[in-house]
Amino acid sequence: MASNPETQPKAGFSHRTLERNITLLGLCSLVAVAIGGIVEIAPLFWVDSTIEKVEGVRPYTPLELAGRNIYMREGCYLCHSQMVRPFKDEVERYGHYSLAAESMYDHPFQWGSKRTGPDLARVGGRYSDDWHRDHLKNPRDVVPESIMPAYAFLAEKPLNAGDMRAHLRALRAVGVPYSDKDIEQANADLALQATQDGDDADLTARYPKSQVRDYDGNPAVVSELDALVAYLQMLGTLVDFKAAEAQEQPK
Amino acid sequence: MPATLAKSGGLFLAMVVALFAMTQAKDAAFAVHMAIMALAALIAAMAVMATANVTATLGRDESVYDDAPVRWGVIATTFWGVVGLLAGLFIALQLAWPVLNLGTEYTTFGRLRPLHTSAVIFAFGGNALLCTSFYVVQRTCRARLAFPSLARFVFWGYQLFIVLAATGYVLGVTEAKEYAEPEWYVDIWLTIVWVSYLIVFGGTVIKRREPHIYVANWFYLAFIITVAMLHLVNNLSMPVSLFGSKSYSAFAGVQDALTQWWYGHNAVGFFLTAGFLAMMYYFVPKQAERPVYSYRLSIIHFWSLIFLYIWAGPHHLHYTALPDWAQSLGMVFSIMLWMPSWGGMINGLMTLNGAWDKIRTDPIIRMMVLALAFYGMSTFEGPMMSIKSVNSLSHYTDWTIGHVHSGALGWNGMITFACMYYMAPRLWKRERLYSLRLINAHFWLVTAGIVFYTASMWVAGLTQGLMWREYGADGYLVNSFAETIAAIHPMFLLRAFGGSLYLAGALVFAWNIAMTIAGRIRKEAPMTETPYNPAADRPLPASTGALQPAE
Amino acid sequence: MSRYEMLRHFADSWALLAMVLLFLGFVGWTFRPGARRHHEDAARLIFRPDDLRE
Repeated sequence: MASNPETQPKAGFSHRTLERNITLLGLCSLVAVAIGGIVEIAPLFWVDSTIEKVEGVRPYTPLELAGRNIYMREGCYLCHSQMVRPFKDEVERYGHYSLAAESMYDHPFQWGSKRTGPDLARVGGRYSDDWHRDHLKNPRDVVPESIMPAYAFLAEKPLNAGDMRAHLRALRAVGVPYSDKDIEQANADLALQATQDGDDADLTARYPKSQVRDYDGNPAVVSELDALVAYLQMLGTLVDFKAAEAQEQPK
Repeated sequence: MPATLAKSGGLFLAMVVALFAMTQAKDAAFAVHMAIMALAALIAAMAVMATANVTATLGRDESVYDDAPVRWGVIATTFWGVVGLLAGLFIALQLAWPVLNLGTEYTTFGRLRPLHTSAVIFAFGGNALLCTSFYVVQRTCRARLAFPSLARFVFWGYQLFIVLAATGYVLGVTEAKEYAEPEWYVDIWLTIVWVSYLIVFGGTVIKRREPHIYVANWFYLAFIITVAMLHLVNNLSMPVSLFGSKSYSAFAGVQDALTQWWYGHNAVGFFLTAGFLAMMYYFVPKQAERPVYSYRLSIIHFWSLIFLYIWAGPHHLHYTALPDWAQSLGMVFSIMLWMPSWGGMINGLMTLNGAWDKIRTDPIIRMMVLALAFYGMSTFEGPMMSIKSVNSLSHYTDWTIGHVHSGALGWNGMITFACMYYMAPRLWKRERLYSLRLINAHFWLVTAGIVFYTASMWVAGLTQGLMWREYGADGYLVNSFAETIAAIHPMFLLRAFGGSLYLAGALVFAWNIAMTIAGRIRKEAPMTETPYNPAADRPLPASTGALQPAE
Repeated sequence: MSRYEMLRHFADSWALLAMVLLFLGFVGWTFRPGARRHHEDAARLIFRPDDLRE
């Protein structure tokens, strides 16, 4: 051992004690790095003003959820944000700025960090299903300057979302308020929303403003394109912004 | 022998469990991953049995460093570095020419981008951290690596994590949270590997024969502990099935966003900064043959850096639906972070005080100095971009991409290359590196590459950010989104050119390391025409000259 | 006063003061003159001859 009179332990606590004891050093480091996270993240779970209550926000229908899973699988969030900031140019380009409540059932959030393509928070209803179909098949057919990859394979792949009841159950476990009936009916709801095969009154009652139709122009098959377009067409359509504005508190 | 039996038996059992999970798989990607795990368990079992005699006869000689995992780590760092940069160049070209997405689902930008980021951060950077930490901790503690079998598990387990993550991205398995994309079962595997890493590292520090724990080890320790904390919290999720790849994040919306960027920013802060500063605090003084400029500054540097970094995450969420108070906290702490960052940079650079001539004579030192210079630049740019009014322009644009790459290519890349150049001849007991002149070629290739990369991205980011908010005299927005993409196309070409220069430099590096391992020495003229002159080069004052054991 | 405002007032008064004092305390302690020799010794630790072989 390197002997050194300077390094003989002294009485009392000094930084030297820390420099000799890995457990203590590790614990102090953990405390130092835990503080910031606790102070910033913990209040978000219990300070009421974090998420203002907004009328209209509901959990995703099984078809929208399946579409959202394709959106995540293909890494769309890497190039498209879903978060309109409260600037004049953004509000004019994309629509009303995003509210916290609008993503309160998003596990995980998809706000994104980069706009290689435009923001999609309010893309729902802006373009027709046909436009989306052509655009996803080959983006440059409708937007010549686009650098988006072609997703022609989506139309050819039948939707294989798995048992949607299990998906809804997992989401309920992390706090999304799906009812027992929502879960029980999940697979039937999915098929109904994409094919319009049957009475949709019950579906639209449980999921207000849900859009029931064949999205991909091919009624024979429920494809991945059906699900993805169903998701894109509902983005930003749930909240009535005339009502939302009225709820804002005057400063 | 019983130990070998138990280990290989356990591995065979693991293989059977993985095969069973494969037969039960709910989706194809999960089946592929279980097959990879089963294969890995089989290979590991065979390796354990094949080397049983060797380990029994060699014993554990406590007077020799255990450098085998370090040597593997140098090779893995070199390999993954080239793979990650290649993936980066490819996706850069995809952005310039979308036809390169090739029309298949496995080769789109959306699936290859996480492959690039994970390969460079976690595979290249992670292996560099693993092998340098094993190298440094043994030498600064004067102790052989603790738990040698566990250390080998850490290395190979980490490579398995990389393979599972990478194949998952291509197959579309993702949690869709940036830099935390691997799904729940891969996260659990990484947790096991990471805890083992902490045990090996901590165990080596505990059995040290040097009373003082050198500052590099504090940075490594903080990096290991903090990454464990971030990884565990950010990846909390609910699997849909035990036999399927899909899971849903435990958090939603605002809370999920802040948790993710608390993780994301500190993946930068602790993986790419604290861990790499540990490398800086050992290898820069060693290569310069000078003790670190101020050890006391390094103490302040350490505590203020780790305390402040963790708060900075919300600057990724300026002007979003995150509450204003959290955004303001994130901004204030990001700006304060400038100070410890520059304290660390100054401490590294001033280590060369009295030996500045080495920048001219020693290509490894030159690389380290440029790494520190880029560290200084990106840790100035970062706080600046965290100011809300600047961020309103820079956010969502390629400015961010440029900023990230000046840090990643300049700081992380350069300091890693320098450390690998330092370790390779020592680990393989070579007289010197294969070629010092090739280091010089490498240096200029990557430096030019970074300049093209960052400059083009700054221009692209500013151009696009300004075009988005441009209003005409008629009071309407001037540019459609598509027009802004067309405007930055030339910048995308320049970026890809810069990336290819950097990749070329990395290939020169790989060649140099490979030839050094092969034991070759290139016949070449000495690097400099101004040889060392003790009088002109100002030796250290006598008081700090003693590099022998103190006293 | 809401819980948010209460926390906010606490954060920009006492919490801020405590953090500044803590920081100054740390810096003062680290740079106290008595520790100089110890730190210089620690900085040179990596240059002592290796006990173990490569």
